Parts: sequence; structure tokens; C-alpha cells
Amino acid sequence: MIPEIGQFALILALSLALCQGVLPLIGAHRDDAAMMSVARPAAAGQFLFVAVSFGCLIWAFVTDDFSVLYVANHSQLALPTGYKISAVWSAHEGSLLMWLLILAAWTIAVARYSKELPQKFAARVIGVLGLLSVGFLLFALLTSNPFERLHPAAIDGADLNPLLQDPGLAIHPPLLYVGYVGFSVAFAFAIAAMLSGDLDQKWARWTRPWTVIAWLFLTVGIALGSWWAYYELGWGGWWFWDPVENASFMPWLIGTALIHSLAVTERRGLFKSWTLLLAISAFSLSLLGTFLVRSGIIVSVHAFATDPTRGYFILAFLAIVIIGALILYAWRAPALDSAVGFRLLSRETFLLLNNVLLVVAATLVLLGTLAPLIVEMLNGGKISIGPPWFQVAFLVPMLPLIFLLGLGMHTAWRSQDLGPWQRLFRVPAIIAIIVGLIIPLFIYGRVGLLVAVGCIAAVWIVASSLIQPLRSWRRAEGSAGISRSALGMSIAHFGVGFFVLGVTIVSAFGEESDRAMRAGDTIDVAGFQFEMREIRDVQGPNYSAVEGVVEIRRDGEYIGTVRPQKRQYLVQQSWMTEAGIHPTWNKDLFVALGDRIGGGAWSVRIQYKPMIRFIWVGAFIMALGGLVSVSDRRYRQ
Amino acid sequence: MNRFLLPLVAVVVFIPILILGLNTDPRKLPSPYIGKPAPQFELPGLKDPSITVTTASLEGRMTLVNIWATWCVGCRAEHQYLMQLAQQGTIPIYGINWRDSRTQALSWLEQLGDPYVVSGFDADARVGIDWGAYGAPESFLVNPQGIVLYRFAGPLNQAIWEREFQPRILEDAAP
Amino acid sequence: MKPRQQRMLAVGLAALGIAIAAALTLQAFKDNMMFFIDISEVVAGNHPAERAFRIGGLVVDGSVQRQDGSLEMSFRVTDLRCELGVRYSGLLPDLFREGKGVVAHGRLADDGIFVADKILAKHDENYMSPEVAASLAANAATETESAGMNVSGCEPV
Repeated sequence: MIPEIGQFALILALSLALCQGVLPLIGAHRDDAAMMSVARPAAAGQFLFVAVSFGCLIWAFVTDDFSVLYVANHSQLALPTGYKISAVWSAHEGSLLMWLLILAAWTIAVARYSKELPQKFAARVIGVLGLLSVGFLLFALLTSNPFERLHPAAIDGADLNPLLQDPGLAIHPPLLYVGYVGFSVAFAFAIAAMLSGDLDQKWARWTRPWTVIAWLFLTVGIALGSWWAYYELGWGGWWFWDPVENASFMPWLIGTALIHSLAVTERRGLFKSWTLLLAISAFSLSLLGTFLVRSGIIVSVHAFATDPTRGYFILAFLAIVIIGALILYAWRAPALDSAVGFRLLSRETFLLLNNVLLVVAATLVLLGTLAPLIVEMLNGGKISIGPPWFQVAFLVPMLPLIFLLGLGMHTAWRSQDLGPWQRLFRVPAIIAIIVGLIIPLFIYGRVGLLVAVGCIAAVWIVASSLIQPLRSWRRAEGSAGISRSALGMSIAHFGVGFFVLGVTIVSAFGEESDRAMRAGDTIDVAGFQFEMREIRDVQGPNYSAVEGVVEIRRDGEYIGTVRPQKRQYLVQQSWMTEAGIHPTWNKDLFVALGDRIGGGAWSVRIQYKPMIRFIWVGAFIMALGGLVSVSDRRYRQ
Repeated sequence: MNRFLLPLVAVVVFIPILILGLNTDPRKLPSPYIGKPAPQFELPGLKDPSITVTTASLEGRMTLVNIWATWCVGCRAEHQYLMQLAQQGTIPIYGINWRDSRTQALSWLEQLGDPYVVSGFDADARVGIDWGAYGAPESFLVNPQGIVLYRFAGPLNQAIWEREFQPRILEDAAP
Repeated sequence: MKPRQQRMLAVGLAALGIAIAAALTLQAFKDNMMFFIDISEVVAGNHPAERAFRIGGLVVDGSVQRQDGSLEMSFRVTDLRCELGVRYSGLLPDLFREGKGVVAHGRLADDGIFVADKILAKHDENYMSPEVAASLAANAATETESAGMNVSGCEPV
């Protein structure tokens, strides 16, 4: 019964989404206040029914209702309850339902916080979001019904994929979706502005906080995904340039460009048509990512089960949304050119460069992701593009971006005098060169060109992002101090510096060693002694495992014990490597068990990962910066 | 030309690539045997290794050949439905137990029920490959003359049976 | 700066950025494209000589050999028509098993053995990597069409 209620609620949500999508748009066109006032109640109702539906699916999982096909395929009696809940979004149907829930949640958030916007504009924004909901609801109901029944019911389920039985997976996709879907708000704002034909600085001020919030969730989501991959599948890698990772990274790059371009539009009324195009692209890339992940068009470790009908449906939806938006753009954007100018040395120029470089980076990632597809279609054989290409290609736009970032932050709008500007950077530049060389040379004992460039760049950003907060702190008494918006920017850029430092150090000084180990063996990696004390059998709730007990010492001094496991999950009969990690703030020591290789020995991978935590901490600081900047007074009115 | 049209043009050029990409999905490869006689095979029985299951066993009536294994999750998902087909006498089902261990396969049938008229034991995967199967579960509809009418890759269920199999059975029965 | 000049600057910078990126991309693309070669083709000698490529197929049952307590191992991969020996030293992915699909990166050594530097098992338990699947399915098809005749020098297994 409960699953039927869930499905019925989805159908009701669809009818409400239709009202929400159609009536307010017609109302705004005809200036009919009654029709426009449908927007908010319809959005609230749509959210309610999607939430009911989502609740029904959770209920089916928690109560082990194996008469529901989706539950039977992705859960099992012995699965811990927490994972029964996270299993809801572990595969296509349930994660689509979660996507719908998040879209509806963004919509009511917009409805709630848009009371100060002109009625027509708010009606259009909510209407566009309603149309997007209609598309995804149809997708769920027509091709991916999560409530499909299984007759007769299964006795037990097929279990959740062991890779996904992990707290990282439980929270990473929801956050990622909040980010992905959040770009639909910027998209709806862009469409609403183009429909009304008037786009001013106020528009950018309304759009900015929504975009920043979506961006910060996407940042955290990607960082958690990377962390999950690191300890759960990665054998110690943290980014693999896998198509599915790229699918979330491209909207992030364009979203980052959009945040910066919105700043120019808000402060100076420039780059209007460009900002619109970025708003459309960020959401389009989110849709493209969904398509790539769910159609099975591209080979990937994480790809969902394939179903061509689903692929065609998303592709049709994607085409309608993007082509529709771009036709509107081609029609309306030419009227938006502004007559204000700026000097070559001005913040506008730096933000323009930021945008160009980020767009180039996103284009390169897109190219590398789709290249295998294109080459195969041209009958060029089956190829894959390895991570080395991405690493090199990605550095090309990123290196200049990192250096320009430190300069751009302190350049005045419109026009900047050269003299004071040069003086400002003297101190951070000297600090950057000295500290940037000291870190690799004195801590890690050697330095190469790329390491030096990376470290100097990182310290340069950290130092120059501290200028403004330090100055306002020093003359704090009496002065208004730094605005939240500027403080947020400094924090986010500080996070970028952290991130760059982490990436540089771990790629230059990380060590890895694959060896055979028996109980009692000791191996030396990067100055640490790893002693295999014991290899024993252990039992988990739904798996049995072999566990190594490894003691780590440095020059005889005890540092810690890690317990890597090789688990065999009983229902799916599949093996999983559970790495043992000893984390400290400045390094991770990582041990993973490979295979039993005879004679009582196991193959073991031991890794030394200096400063790897800086990567994720840096990303969280970036997100924190976003949070601080949206709390600025001017967005809270 | 209006430069604001450029993004539109780029997308319009780009979308056909994705459409073609969907069509070249290698997982959609049809079986090379559809409309052709079923491949010749001879397998020892799973329950009783002394009997053999051959192509000739299939002839004379409409049959369903199902490739299954105990390690395969999809097989577990479709098993209940196969039991239902067998209990209702809808169609005789012949199993090919693929890349599996005999003891595990037997205990699976013991626990979950045995929907098969007989299962052949294909430990070295020769026969599964002969049928053009590259995964499990896969099901083949074979008509009384031994011609393969249809192949389905993935777990069977009622909806798929009604949509894909039933019309083909009726069509084949019609003169 | 006048709006016109601004635009010129923007377009100029974008063009420059994209040109540099494109040049580097094309250059690096050629070096980083990893071709997937069917095993029958490798055995017939139709594989890139001087560079790494990928192969894929099923790990032949009973072919995995290793010395006790050593990371060195070898196994054979089949595309159901030809078999190829593979040497590897290192850790294997969790999904690597005899009789299952596998993809290996590496080069062909002078002794005709494929020396893998990376082993992937990017498939789930039910379905294997699409490229491996396509290669196997194609061979299963040609095998019967030619009624077991020797197609390219290898025995149908």
C-alpha cells in the first residue's frame, strides 16, 4: 500500500508542477495577478507530495519491503538501518527521486525568500522551476518508477553494492545534488530576466546569493566524493578524471566563473549577456552530467545501470531546455550591451581573465571526457584518455589563473593606479618566494621547478588573501572594517591556496610501495617502519574479512596502528579493500591489503601522503568563504 | 551573423554526437542468432551429470533458455518471476548454469526453488558464449523449430514478459 | 577603455587562450590516447609497436600463476579466439578473478608476453566492461558463422 501512495503522490506532484510551471508564466505575460499568485502555493504543494513520495520509498527500505523491485535489488535484511536509508539514493530510480525532492526544496526556498522581488519576476522564476520539475517528474514516472512491484516478493534482497556501504556515500550524493540542482535557480533567474527583457544590477544582486549557495554545496559535495574515493576505492588516489567525476567538475568550473561574472554585473552593470550565458551553461552542464552518468554512454566505474530509453528521455529534455534557453538568449541578449567602460588595469580585466581561463578549463575537461565517444564514432577505434593528459591540459589555464588571482583581489574597479598597486604586492610576493621555497627545501629536502611554482603560487594566494583582513583588523577601532562579502572572498581564496599547496606537495613528495608481507615483516617507506604484527580473520555484520594489524614506527618511536581489511560481502560474494589510514594534519600513512599470494604472505600497498588533507580542508575553506559572503548585509534585506 | 546565435549553433552541432553515442552503445548488441537456428550444444545436467542437455531437447515446443549463475545479482532478482512462469506452466524453461560451481548452484535451487525443466552445467562457459551471451542473466526465446526469436539481457519480470515475449509467441503461433 | 576596445580585448584573450589550449591539447592527445586492441589483433601483430595500449578479455581459468610470496604473477587472457599471456607485478583490483573480465594497460614485450603496468576490472559482477563485451560478442558471432573455421590463425577455444 505504502509504495502505491508514494507513486500516487508523485502523480499529484506532477499535476501541481504543471500548474506551477504554466499558470504563473501566462499570468506574468498577461499581467494577471490571480494567475501569478498560484506560483507559491503550487510550489509548496509540489514539495509536499514529492516529500511524501520520498518518505514512502524510505519506508519501503526501512521495513524491508522486498515486493518493491528497487528495494529488492538494492537492500538486504542484514544491512544496517543507516545504509538501508542511504541505499534509497544508491541507484538510478531513488537518486532521481532525491533530485526531484531537492529541486522542489530549492523552489520553496526561492518562493519563501523572494517576497521582496517584483511579483512578475518571482512568478516567472517559480514558473521556470516548475517546468523543470515537470520534466524530471515525467522522467521518473515514465522511465524510472522506483515503486515498481516485484511479484511475488523476494525473500531477501540482493544487497547494496559493498562499495556504497560507507558513510561517505551516504552524505556525498545529496550534497552534490543540492549543488547541481541549485544551478537551476540561477538558470531560472536568467530565463526570467530574458523573458521580461530587463536585466539590471538588482538582478545580479538577487541571483548572486543563490548561485553562491549552490556553488558551496557543490564544492563540499565534490570534496567529499574525492575523499570517499580516496579511502574507499582509490588505492590512495584522490582524483581520477573519471567521466563521472568530470561530470560534476564541469558545472563547478562554470559555476565558479558565474560567481565572478555576477560580481562584475552587480557592481558595474557589465558582462550582462556573458553572465546570462554562464548561468545557462552551468545548469546545462549539470544536465549533461546527469545524461552522461545515467545513459551509460561513457564507460566509467560509477556509471549507473544503462537503459537506452532513459538516455533518449534525458537527451530530449536536455535538448529542449538548452535549445529553448539559447533561442531566448539569441533573441534577448543583443539588447543588453552596456556602455560603461573600464581601464586595462582594473578589477574588471582580471575577472574577465578569470572567466576566460575557467571556461577554457571546463572546455578541456569536456573535450577529454567526450573524446573517446567522438573517436569511436569516427571509427578511430576504442580509445581512452588517461589522467596524465588531464593533468597537463588542466594546468595550462590553471597556473596563470592562480597567479592572477592574487593580483585581481586587490585591484580597484574601473581603474587602478599602478604605483600603490605595485607597492601593495611587494610584501606578499617576497613572502611567497621565500616560504614557497622553504617548504619543499627544508621540510621535504628537495625542490624542482613544478614544486617551486606550485608552492610559491600557494603561498602567494594565502599571503595576498590575508592583506585585506589584516589591514581591517589593525585599524579595527572606529572603522567599519571589512564587509562580509570581501571577507568571504578572502577566505575562499585562502582556501584555494591551501588546496594548491596540498596538491603540489602530495604529488611531488608522496611515496608508494607495493610489497609482499608476512606476519612479522617490517618495511620502510619514506622513513617510517611498517610492521605487520598479525594477519587474522574477523567478522562484520554482513561480511567476513581478513585484517592486517600494522604498527607504524619512526626511528623506533611508536606512531600508531592501522588495521587494513580485505572484506568479502556474503550476499554479493564480492571483495572489498578497506584501507587502514593513520591521519595527522600534515600527512596520511596508508596501508591496503592486496591479495593472498601464497606462503602466508599478502601483497600490501603502503603509501605516504604528505599534506593530502590540505586538499579537502582547502575545499571546505572555499565553501566557508562562500557562506560568509552570502551573509553580507546587502543580501539579507 | 548575430554572435549571440553562436552558442545555439554549437549546441545544435553537439547534440547529434550524443544521439549517435547512444546508438553505438555496445551493450545493445543484438544476438547474432536472432531468426537463426539455436547454436548446437551438449551439456551435462546440473542435477544429474549422467544425462545430457542438447539442442534437440528444445525442439517441438516453444521454450525459454535462461543463462544464470549464483554469483549474479540479476538472476536472483528474476528468479521469483521464473518460478511463477514455471508454476503457471506458461513455458518450459531450460537453464544454462554458467561459470558456476555445482554445489553452489544446487543449493541455490534447493533454497529458492527450481523453475527449470532441466539445467545444463556450463562450467567452462563454452555454451554461454556460443549463444552470444556476455553476461547473466540472459534469456532466449526459442520456437518449436529451434529458431531463436528473441533475446533479453537482464532480469526478467512480468512487464517485460508481457511487452517483449508474449507478442512474439503469439506471432510465431499464428499461421 | 571604450566598449569596442573592451570587446576586442575579450575576444583577443579568449582566442589566445583557446589557441594555446588547442595546440597543447592536440599535441598531448596523441601521446595520451590509449587504444583498446582486440587480443586476436595483438596476436596477429596488429598493435602499436612503440607505445602502450589496452587489452581486454576474460582471464583464462587456471592460468593465474605466481611464485609463493612474490608480487610477480602471470595469467592468460582470451577473447574466445586467441589467448595472450600477461605478466604483472603489483596489487590486483578487488574484482580480478579467473573467468572474469579484465582490462590491462601495458606493452607487448619481445617475447610476445604483454607486460601490464596497470590492471583494471572496471565492471560489476553481472556485466563486464562494454568494450570487452563487444569484443567477445563479435568473436562469438564470427566463430559460428565460419563454422569453427580458423579465422586468423588462432584456435577457437
